[in-house]
Amino acid sequence: MPLAVRFRAAVSLLGRFPALAGVDLDVGMGEVVLVQGPNGAGKTTLLRACAGLVAVASGEASVLGHDLTRDRRAVRRRIGLLGHATFLYDDLTVADNVRFAVRAAGGSASGPELDAALARLQLDGRLRDVVVARLSAGQRRRVAVAALVARRPELWLLDEPHAGLDADGRNLLDALVVAAAADGAAVVVASHEVERAGAIAHRAVTMAGGQIHAASPGPPAAAREPASVS
Amino acid sequence: MFRDAALVAGKDLRIEARSRVAMNQVAPFAVLVLILFAFALDPDHGVLVKAAAGLYWVAVLFSSLLAVQRSFAVEAADSARDGLRLSGLDPAGIFLGKAGAVAAQLLALEVLLGVGIVAFYDTRLHGAALLIATAIVATIGLAAAGTVYGILAAGLRVRETLLPLLVLPAVAPVLLAATRAWEVALGQSADNGWRWVQLLGVFAVVYVAFGVLAFGPLMEES
Repeated sequence: MPLAVRFRAAVSLLGRFPALAGVDLDVGMGEVVLVQGPNGAGKTTLLRACAGLVAVASGEASVLGHDLTRDRRAVRRRIGLLGHATFLYDDLTVADNVRFAVRAAGGSASGPELDAALARLQLDGRLRDVVVARLSAGQRRRVAVAALVARRPELWLLDEPHAGLDADGRNLLDALVVAAAADGAAVVVASHEVERAGAIAHRAVTMAGGQIHAASPGPPAAAREPASVS
Repeated sequence: MFRDAALVAGKDLRIEARSRVAMNQVAPFAVLVLILFAFALDPDHGVLVKAAAGLYWVAVLFSSLLAVQRSFAVEAADSARDGLRLSGLDPAGIFLGKAGAVAAQLLALEVLLGVGIVAFYDTRLHGAALLIATAIVATIGLAAAGTVYGILAAGLRVRETLLPLLVLPAVAPVLLAATRAWEVALGQSADNGWRWVQLLGVFAVVYVAFGVLAFGPLMEES
């Protein structure tokens, strides 16, 4: 299985503090890996380092074949990050935000493709042309997921992805993650909702103090029913 | 690069079209500055006419600060700047797009302020070619310099107060050269106005080139 993420003794500093203090991690294409651990363990920094938003100061860090210690920008178009923030523009409509995200990533965002992405997240119809500032937190989260899905990234980085979503939204997100992995995308999920996220992960790793301390194999996602799309 | 620039400029102008911050806040602010100058100097109408070019460009300069602050404020909300970094857009394209959107808003504002100095200061606009050329080249320089310093301050908690301290000294040559050129165009000076336009051109080229080269590293580190 080709590797989407390969970290060896990777160190990332936030100021002088080593938020990643020698991380070893492999994530294969088509694999869903859950990263669990207490607050401050370094989960978010790990995802941001994978996305090239945080520099890897020492060690090895390769994402989708690109050496992040040499060039953090080259690989970004192939990565989708759903973080604590949604990266949305308040004064643009739902459709405008998704269209901009897709075009910025080099996609075309033609009418039917955009409509399909919005429909999958139940953002079509009236919501399509609503300014994002008027949406609830959960709806904003759906727009961010729609932008992520529409970009078709090869590596999904999800930081507490279920936060703020209602039951339907959670099921929908799980189904999208399972489908993306089945299509060959790699997925790294950082979450405190271990039971929920663990249900869609192939395996889990535990972080503490900026290091990965334990890895546990989980049941293959293919063996489980994908979450229903409501 | 130019595709990315068009994408970013289109996004920023669409945000402005929806939020109308420039129309409802920046433009009234700029007109208010012109009116306050008129109140302050009204007793001696001759001074007002003589100083019209300088007062006009001071108003443009202050307004450009607001436009640049607004341009980066939309990226600060909900970590949109991280989204922009993650998008993989060419940083040079992002710079040109953001500077282009600021320049477009400033040019519209300058037309409004041009009407303002005619109405409030009783100024006569003579050399149309010199006025327009000066406005265009000075605006490119202001937008480029403002965008460079805008990204420099973007990641700082004190960005709103720091930006004027960074921008105003840097764009002092624009204020000087644009004022001199407009004084000629308004019939207040017999100097060669086009020499000042050339100086503005050099300033604009330097800041556009610097921004194209430096915006990427500045965006990563800010």
